[in-house]
Amino acid sequence: MNVKGKVHKYGNNVDTDVIIPARYLNTSDHKELASHCMEDIDRDFVKNVRPGDIIVGGDNFGCGSSREHAPIAIKASGVSCVIAATFARIFYRNAINIGLPILECTQASEEIQAGDEVSVDFDSGIITNLTRNETYQALPFPEFIREIIDKGGLLASIKQK
Amino acid sequence: MGMTMTQKILAEHAGLRSVKAGQLVKAHLDMTLANDITAPVSINEFERAGFSKVFDKSRIALVMDHFVPNKDIKAAQQCMQCRTFARKFDIDNFYDAGEMGIEHALLPEKGLVAPGEVIIGADSHTCTYGALGAFSTGVGSTDLAAGMATGQAWFKVPPALQFRLSGKLSKNVSGKDVILHIIGMTGVDGALYKSMEFTGDGVAELSMDDRLCISNMAIEAGGKNGIFPVDDVTREYVKNHGNREFKVFKADSDADYDKIYDIDLSSIKPTVAFPHLPENTRNVEEAGDVRIDQVVIGSCTNGRLSDMAVAAEIFRGRHIHPDVRTIIIPATQQIYKECIAKGYIDIFIDAGCVVSTPTCGPCLGGHMGILAEGERCVATTNRNFVGRMGHPDSEVYLAGPAVAASSAIAGKIAGPETI
Repeated sequence: MNVKGKVHKYGNNVDTDVIIPARYLNTSDHKELASHCMEDIDRDFVKNVRPGDIIVGGDNFGCGSSREHAPIAIKASGVSCVIAATFARIFYRNAINIGLPILECTQASEEIQAGDEVSVDFDSGIITNLTRNETYQALPFPEFIREIIDKGGLLASIKQK
Repeated sequence: MGMTMTQKILAEHAGLRSVKAGQLVKAHLDMTLANDITAPVSINEFERAGFSKVFDKSRIALVMDHFVPNKDIKAAQQCMQCRTFARKFDIDNFYDAGEMGIEHALLPEKGLVAPGEVIIGADSHTCTYGALGAFSTGVGSTDLAAGMATGQAWFKVPPALQFRLSGKLSKNVSGKDVILHIIGMTGVDGALYKSMEFTGDGVAELSMDDRLCISNMAIEAGGKNGIFPVDDVTREYVKNHGNREFKVFKADSDADYDKIYDIDLSSIKPTVAFPHLPENTRNVEEAGDVRIDQVVIGSCTNGRLSDMAVAAEIFRGRHIHPDVRTIIIPATQQIYKECIAKGYIDIFIDAGCVVSTPTCGPCLGGHMGILAEGERCVATTNRNFVGRMGHPDSEVYLAGPAVAASSAIAGKIAGPETI
């Protein structure tokens, strides 16, 4: 599976409060959550994001609350993939569980810049920066996690057993 | 090689004789938990997947605590969705306004969690129950839905960090100062994917309230869980709260730890975490001149009776600074009642404070004390990210109840020694 899009770049410790502030947690509607995605770190994100775009962060992306609304907002806003140096563990689980592709790659997270056009091949884990002509190898998923993603998320994989 | 306390609990619940860090296991669950903002997402997923029953109606707790009493129409709709689900599946532990407390103060109080158990909750501060010697961790709503349906969850067995505690707490220093000090050392991802195992002679010097506070903030260091050994303090607590049977797991003496931190409790001073990360700590005496607009004393971190007692002692016979709104939130109805019986509520109100029914409220910027642009709050809560308590240009300073109460009197960040 391949995705391609423009990069929205952020730093370390992008927490779930800035991804989806609590004042919007009185809904579980995906479209509504998407309309406030990244609001407290990047007011213009919802105006600028296009389907297929990619978020690139640094260390500890998605830290803080366990709110699944965070990866939901990101996925529903059209983002096709999140690349970070490391992910906070609850966000990591949640993203996989809802089918938001995420990849860990320190070098990619450092070198890719805002606005770059990037494509990602999930089968090989290869990240290609089309703007700067660079490629990176992300850590592959553990087999168990691959299975969940291939089956379309956690509950789908349970139901099929 | 031996196993850590966390590894032993996971092994037992996965039906395995032993486990190693990095191994993937499926464990059976003793309790699953969600609240009024995370349960709706779980319920949506549960119904979408077509599950027709829950695994065990006595092992699910739904606590309406974040936006309750209902803060607006949407919040009311979410609670209604939870109530409907709870009735449909006859959930034993459904706590609504009037009966509820903040979930991580309520569950231990009601004896719903016990040593040696495996607990997941759709709330990141579910790690709180590690104080009782259980493996307890936060998950997302989909994991929780899967848990409610199957009674199981998958885990990657964590490696561990050991925090060897010695000495005893000085006056005006509590569990909150200990964990802020620790997070200041590890950073907000220093414990990422790892269990935080608290050991040493210093453990016996910590009350259960202190331990609950410390375990509560394990997630702020990125930890998977934060766990204390079971001792007489634990046994006494369990005896007085549900008195259930439980199993004790002890770390092997040859268990492996990625890193060992030696912490002398006597050296810890009242600590404040400055905006906008819990790791941004300094001693209160180094805070400088920081004028504040609000103080919050409460939350799953510090809303317990001992926290209320500390605040009451400082407020007794005094009045808060005229420029500071002070909001006090006992974490459960029982704690609230004990505060009334002990005269704390009179002290709080006479001092000019707001006293609220149990709720998470302002901690996550929900309701009951939101900050305007440029305002500053000293709070006994657990996070101070940008916009955490209101306007993105507001600031939250994390501290224990002694510093919070002292700051309310001083009108700026202050420790109890200086007021």
